[in-house]
Amino acid sequence: MRLPFKIANRFLWSNKGQTLLIALGIAIGVAVQIFIGSLITGLQDSLINKTVGNSPQIKITSDDKYFDLDSTSLDEIKSIDTNITSVSYALDIPALISKDSKNNSVLLRGLDLDRADKIYNIKSRIIDGKPFWGDRVNIGKDLAKELNVAVGDKINIRTSDGKLKEFLIEGIYDFKVANLNKSWILINISTLQEFTKQNKISSIEIKTKDIFLADKVADNIKNAIDKNLKVINWKEENEELLSGLKGQSTSSIMIQVFVLIAVVLGIASVLAITVLQKSKQIGILKAMGIKDRQASYIFLFQGLILGILGGILGSALGLGLLYSFSKFAVNPDGTPVVEVSIKYSFIAFSAFVAILSAGAASLIPAIKSSKLNPIEVIKNG
Amino acid sequence: MGNVIELKNINKIYGTIIKNQVLYDVNLSFKEGTFNSIIGASGSGKSTILNIMGTLDKPTSGEVYIDGKRTDLMTKNELAEVRNKKIGFIFQFHYLLPEFTALENVLIPYLIKDGKAPKEVVKRAEELLDLVGLSKVKNNRANNMSGGQQQRTAIARALINNPKIILADEPTGNLDSESTDAIYDIMRDINEKLGTTFIVITHDRRIAERADRIVEINDGKVHMDIVR
Repeated sequence: MRLPFKIANRFLWSNKGQTLLIALGIAIGVAVQIFIGSLITGLQDSLINKTVGNSPQIKITSDDKYFDLDSTSLDEIKSIDTNITSVSYALDIPALISKDSKNNSVLLRGLDLDRADKIYNIKSRIIDGKPFWGDRVNIGKDLAKELNVAVGDKINIRTSDGKLKEFLIEGIYDFKVANLNKSWILINISTLQEFTKQNKISSIEIKTKDIFLADKVADNIKNAIDKNLKVINWKEENEELLSGLKGQSTSSIMIQVFVLIAVVLGIASVLAITVLQKSKQIGILKAMGIKDRQASYIFLFQGLILGILGGILGSALGLGLLYSFSKFAVNPDGTPVVEVSIKYSFIAFSAFVAILSAGAASLIPAIKSSKLNPIEVIKNG
Repeated sequence: MGNVIELKNINKIYGTIIKNQVLYDVNLSFKEGTFNSIIGASGSGKSTILNIMGTLDKPTSGEVYIDGKRTDLMTKNELAEVRNKKIGFIFQFHYLLPEFTALENVLIPYLIKDGKAPKEVVKRAEELLDLVGLSKVKNNRANNMSGGQQQRTAIARALINNPKIILADEPTGNLDSESTDAIYDIMRDINEKLGTTFIVITHDRRIAERADRIVEINDGKVHMDIVR
């Protein structure tokens, strides 16, 4: 094993240009794989985060629309699963809002600011003014524009059963979703309960650490709480998004597989040529008594060394690409266009696959060299 | 002294459709410790005989014995071992590995056998290079040496595993007369000092006449066999 390795090493280094070229070929393959893989994972992560990251991943509701909140049960729910990071509760009341002659249908969302902030990041979403408190509410950016109101203005809110009250706009938020920005009015839950004479709540909202485990957590909650309550998780509500993401993942895997095939073919063809180039040397070694198996190890080692070299070089190149992408492909405000996710396990995996496929690609030349007959070389000089 | 190589009724036919018989019932044996030369016109079959003795080629029929063991029935791996341990080759075009230095080239047959060369073997390789007068260029790459230096390296390499037999196919065919004389002096010297059996193919009658025995091959048969 020692001698084949030594010879493989020497063969590679005696032709540095060629070796570097193959290693670079593998490296670019690995880099592309790492880049595309990380980019798509990052794209998906940020897409999911944008869709469900700033909203509850699990909701507990009731068929009766409203249900009683037992004050201790929030902490109890939190202790059901370690994956639960925060639990909040809300009272949602549909209402109409009128300003001058305009009427807009809205959803009054009664929330506990501290609890809801952990789910919706309300405080950081306020673009003008302050978060809601007391009689003061927050409205969305788009609604403010439509009604032509600003912080400090007053609006009239009328519930469907005719209760009417004037509220002061304390702040304007931007959830980056026009639909929400147009319809949600955030208000203190006790103020809302007082206003609507409704002491119950309409939902308990839960955020999880790993959003992809939301369905499992939801099952655990379902088993632990009152059977009359419904538990919904985001996966059930976003099946289309999930299947879209799945399609994207599949196409990303396809790209990676084809890159891999190109890399393997490249190594195999170059090594096959090396066998021809080095057939004289192999012939001499065989005349001196090297066994066919050892002779084939020479090319196997060459493949592995090239794979390792290419894998390391490719990982560095891929990381560099990702780094420069997140540094230079940025929005006007300086945040990256796509939050690329650099997962070292994925990079290690890509490099490992490259090494493995380089080894596999060197099998053909290895077999070829083991079949080489020394007499051909000796005779033909 | 016994026979170190024995060929019995060797026939060699190349090709399957158009048959071309190169050797006809060749019987030859060489005694241990002798210095032999094989001469003959090109195409006479002398190289084929040498390749069959060196187990690089197989006879179509007949028996080959190396150091008392029959080799024409051995597997490829067994043959590789015989070549590695018992036979040293010197070819016309010196056939060193150009990627390695002279010293490394000399060590390769040992490394094939053992994987790692201990200090005393490296020392022996240096002594052998000294013997062929190359201690100054031992760390030169093979393609960084003259033809004569490469051929002398090949001789040192052939000797590293202490083989019983050295087979040389026109070892000086490529060299000027001065180098030729030097190479033959070295080979005779080794033959006398180490008792290694030499079988040397040559075109050069002057060289052939310095051997203990001259075998002339003509049209695939032993034409003349002179022992002196």
